[in-house]
Amino acid sequence: MAEEARQPVTLTPVLSKHWNQDQSWTLDSYERNGGYQALRKALAMEPEDVVSQVKDSGLRGRGGAGFPTGLKWSFLPKPDGNPRYLVINADESEPGTCKDIPLMMATPQYLIEGAIITCHAIRAERAFIYLRGEVAHVYRRLLSAVEEARAAGYLGENVLGSGKNIDIVVHAGAGAYICGEETALLDSLEGRRGQPRLKPPFPAVAGLYARPTVVNNVESIASVPCIIENGSAWFSGMGTAKSAGFGFFSLSGHVQRPGQYEAPLGITLRELIEMAGGMREGHELKFWTPGGSSTPMFTAEHLDTPLDFESTGAAGSMLGTRALQIFDETVCVVRAVLRWTEFYAHESCGKCTPCREGTYWLVQVLRQLENGQGVPEDLERLLDICDNILGRSFCALGDGATSPISSSIKYFRDEYLLHLSEGRCPFDPVKSTLFAGVNA
Amino acid sequence: MTVTEPSKTPVDLVTLTIDGIEVSVPKGTLLIRAAEELGIAIPRFCDHPLLAPAGACRQCLVEVAMPDREGNVRPMPKPQASCTMTASPGMVVKTQLTSPVSEKAQRGVMELLLINHPLDCPVCDKGGECPLQNQAMANGQGSSRFTEVKRTFPKPIRISTQVLLDRERCILCQRCTRFSKEIAGDPFIDLQMRGAKQQIGTFSPGVLNFHVDLPDPVVRTSEELEPTPQSLQQGSSEDESRGASHEHATGTYAADNLTTTGQALLDESGQPFASYFSGNTIQICPVGALTGAAYRFRARPFDLVSTKGVCEHCSSGCALRVDHRRGKVTRRLAADDPAVNEEWNCDKGRWAFNWATGADRLTHPLVRDPETGELEPVSWPYALQVAAAGLLKARDAGGVGVLPGGRLTVEDAYAYAKFARVVLRTNDIDFRARAHSAEEEAFLGHAVAGTGLGVTFAELEAAPAVLLAGLEAEEEAASIFLRLRKSVLNKGKKVTSIAPWASRGLIKLSGTLIQTVPGQEAAALGTPEAAAAVSTPGSVILLGPRLTESSGAYQAALALAAATGAKLAWVPRRAGERGAVEAGALPSLLPGGRPVSDAAARVDIAAAWDVDSLPAQPGRDTARIIDDASAGLLPGLLVGGVDPDDLPDPAAARAALETASFVVSLEVRASTVSAYADVVLPVAPPAEKGGTFLNWEGRWREFPQALTSEALSDGEVLDSLASEAGEGLGLRGEKAGSAELAQLGRWEGARTERPEAHTLAPASATVLSTWSMLLDKGRLQDGEPYLAGTAHRAVARVSPATATGLGLAAGVTGSVTVSNDRGEITLPLAITPMPDGVVWLPSNSPGSPVRARLAAGNGDPVVLRLAGDALMGA
Repeated sequence: MAEEARQPVTLTPVLSKHWNQDQSWTLDSYERNGGYQALRKALAMEPEDVVSQVKDSGLRGRGGAGFPTGLKWSFLPKPDGNPRYLVINADESEPGTCKDIPLMMATPQYLIEGAIITCHAIRAERAFIYLRGEVAHVYRRLLSAVEEARAAGYLGENVLGSGKNIDIVVHAGAGAYICGEETALLDSLEGRRGQPRLKPPFPAVAGLYARPTVVNNVESIASVPCIIENGSAWFSGMGTAKSAGFGFFSLSGHVQRPGQYEAPLGITLRELIEMAGGMREGHELKFWTPGGSSTPMFTAEHLDTPLDFESTGAAGSMLGTRALQIFDETVCVVRAVLRWTEFYAHESCGKCTPCREGTYWLVQVLRQLENGQGVPEDLERLLDICDNILGRSFCALGDGATSPISSSIKYFRDEYLLHLSEGRCPFDPVKSTLFAGVNA
Repeated sequence: MTVTEPSKTPVDLVTLTIDGIEVSVPKGTLLIRAAEELGIAIPRFCDHPLLAPAGACRQCLVEVAMPDREGNVRPMPKPQASCTMTASPGMVVKTQLTSPVSEKAQRGVMELLLINHPLDCPVCDKGGECPLQNQAMANGQGSSRFTEVKRTFPKPIRISTQVLLDRERCILCQRCTRFSKEIAGDPFIDLQMRGAKQQIGTFSPGVLNFHVDLPDPVVRTSEELEPTPQSLQQGSSEDESRGASHEHATGTYAADNLTTTGQALLDESGQPFASYFSGNTIQICPVGALTGAAYRFRARPFDLVSTKGVCEHCSSGCALRVDHRRGKVTRRLAADDPAVNEEWNCDKGRWAFNWATGADRLTHPLVRDPETGELEPVSWPYALQVAAAGLLKARDAGGVGVLPGGRLTVEDAYAYAKFARVVLRTNDIDFRARAHSAEEEAFLGHAVAGTGLGVTFAELEAAPAVLLAGLEAEEEAASIFLRLRKSVLNKGKKVTSIAPWASRGLIKLSGTLIQTVPGQEAAALGTPEAAAAVSTPGSVILLGPRLTESSGAYQAALALAAATGAKLAWVPRRAGERGAVEAGALPSLLPGGRPVSDAAARVDIAAAWDVDSLPAQPGRDTARIIDDASAGLLPGLLVGGVDPDDLPDPAAARAALETASFVVSLEVRASTVSAYADVVLPVAPPAEKGGTFLNWEGRWREFPQALTSEALSDGEVLDSLASEAGEGLGLRGEKAGSAELAQLGRWEGARTERPEAHTLAPASATVLSTWSMLLDKGRLQDGEPYLAGTAHRAVARVSPATATGLGLAAGVTGSVTVSNDRGEITLPLAITPMPDGVVWLPSNSPGSPVRARLAAGNGDPVVLRLAGDALMGA
């Protein structure tokens, strides 16, 4: 599954280390490779010490926003004897993002063990994994992984004789991108319409069923066992000072070997493309997203931008989910942006005006531009609509919808105008496909 | 800003700056309200002061800066929704008036709101009073940059017979759905789909297994545009480019011809969105998306004249806005009165006003021609002359009984009370056109009359616990229900009800039922459960209409209040009853709670009325007036707005009207009484007179005359009649009655003795339980078919064991026949958890005229059997 490390110096396979083993997803395989030692260690620790260790490691949320994970845990109010919950956001739906689903397919026990340790740390007895509904195969795998863990005594009553009762519920969503927004996820998990909630109260105070709740990304939780196992210094020794540790870099698009590259934060795209065997034969990099479609796009001038939270931010984008969608010069940027915008219009939940109406409008303007219809002033109109959405919508979905548009106009204004002067799209879409040239 | 009551306790204030002006507001105040304090209007749509903040429309964005830990004021990176953010100390807020960022954000949102809005203002009912239109003018741009394709929907959806939804006008602010969930507790509409396809919709009847049997809309006149069944269910084809499917949301009711289920909670409601409060969603809709079938396409707001009004239906006394044009009321809205109805009212109060303008409206005095025996139109002087002569003759021949009815203003009730004593020289007056008892009368004299403002809506809201004794708040006093529900949700109020079964209203109040057989309310009030229910200081006991049919109930309620310290309030069903008690329209009470039996009280009133003396003997109550009139012992009757079918024994009432030698009827419309009358004197409905209702709180609810009219109030007619009879009432003028009553003041002397329990027939095998539904066959709901369409379906209710006892196998539905020696009523059966041996019927719903057909009330014996032909499999 994972690419063989061609340059072991820079790759840091931890979570993907055993993906190439036979039936890596089984509990047997996981235990054979040292699985559940971290849980034993954690159960022997005070919950507060587990929180401290994760805090010290510098682990930041792997769902995109990069909020320090240990700090988030410490926001929970003091236990009052009533339930508190861990909710794991596995609703991976962003265009380009494809890290959690392979991880849950290949080694789901990392997530299970991480969830149990986190429950211990935050004194919760129940964790919920909210899984994107379309991935039925992952759902089945998670269900059986939870079953295996329960049968082995890692879940259920009195986990490993610790006196702790911890269990996991795997819940499949019904197919809505908005349910990746943590409060919409909680509403959906409660059986309501998935729309973001008003904050405050924040989930840490009143989350699932109005109880204190930690919501974390799959990769964040899966990273917890190795931090407990190897120590916080081991983890913070990787990556950069402010973006500690490693993460999956999901390369897709016009590279020779797309796939998951587990590497320290701060690696550059140039290094990653080298590991991936370079760009498609005979083509060159045109634009790319550092962290999924919601992060403003980069171009070849950003090849050496370190992929960490600070450097990507400084360069005008975001690290996001490290979903590196790589496009070569055959791709029409207007067409790509139109596709993404259609996605946002389709996925807008409808709650707030800017996102609901704005994405509806943006699609129509972009469709005309891609078809070579319209006037140059449409670009200013497009940018102004984006300005009226960005920072005005209820949640970040609306903000994300504007990123590809404003960043593409920033770097490729001439290409937009070329559509208008030619009265059509100047690109042959076939040339960007895998079957380009087959019938030539 | 809407606040329920001015707060008496000191509150923490926070000081912030808005547009450079410093303002201090109570902690927790939303920025949008703080700005209102300064007179700064921030545009908004989803925000509503009585609904929880949503932050959905984003119209109210403002720039906010807050002090950080070091005290440096730092601007927040994004503009904030001022309808969701609360004020904090040191905050610096810049609205559209001082911030280009806020101004642009608001203009941007406004433009986005309008891209999919049809801008059909010239044909939209809301045009002229539309928050979207108004704020688009104030905070929007003159023209749109949107040249693309708008989203469209087939129009309109029929949400109920009275509420229509044009989805393309909707801006999805969710005020209607939030009202339905948060206020009414009837979430029959909700958001469906997502993104630009998001819309408000009803639940599919097929999904929820509703019985759907909506009557077709009635076409009133050929000139007026009217939605036809076709236009309600179909529309222009869907915008193909969106490829949306709205099958489930466009009305497909006709196809869903589902049978009723045996579940009581499902089958009684009958329709999707059969909420008693649905009209409020129309009123708070900030665009023209929700419209009422009765008003749609009938008027433009700027052609209407608005007058303040007070609802004439129940004893809540809700403030209304009466909109009229060319002498006709076109619509009524809930007016904003924080002390009483806040900003809400019930659908009956909103829509039931056509009753006064039907073809049977009396326009001229009528006198029965001695030769033909027919009522003939005559002049007022002649009619008054005949009426006065006849009444005086009857008075001297044995007496005149006065039945004013329970729907009068204080002024009118006072005129009846004075007329009876001064002109007819009798205490034979009783406003109670319903079941009544001597115990009730004593209770009213002891604890209600002349007590002024008692428990208020605000106290009711603040009360930690409320006991409903014989009162179905949602059916009988809908604004009480809303106020209770508000504090059940916000403050955790505990509601307990003494009733045979838990009504939907009680369930929505998360209430506890003290299951009680009708007639056993006194025992229930004496239980430890009842005492525990109101043991917390500040608790309130509300006494409803049914207690009058239950021996010892008032006594037990007084004892419970004394034992627990809970406050008592009497909640009658009709708007005029509390005022009639105050006015002295009872056989044992003079105005202001003065007992007839008290010589000093009589002297008091006689002096004020400038008469030598007042009759000293307490008079006859409604039942005795009727009995004695039928027996020929009471030759005269003076009757106001009374429907004999509301009386305990309608047949006896008809016999009394028949037997009495002289009957004068004061009526708005031709009625059963006017058909028997010798003289009929037309009087004004509430819209055509000014006056005052006294609501259940004891609050004076004055209202002006809305329509120009020649019709006279009951009081004015009685004043003229008295003059004709040679006695001056001195009650000319709209407010003369209430002014005189106020001048008399409340009785300070000894009050009427505590009530004694009256005796009832011993309980039999099966007893009747009944109360009136909010929407039923009442005459004050005539002429409004759209409203009638949302009435709850009439069912009979018995317990599972009683049903089994009838031979009904489990899981089988059927109908039951309830009978006695007078007649029978057959209704579909709804099996309900309730005491065995009790059958419940709605008092006056279609197919269930309980008094008219059975002459029976709560606790009366009836016979129950399965209606053989109605047996069917589940």
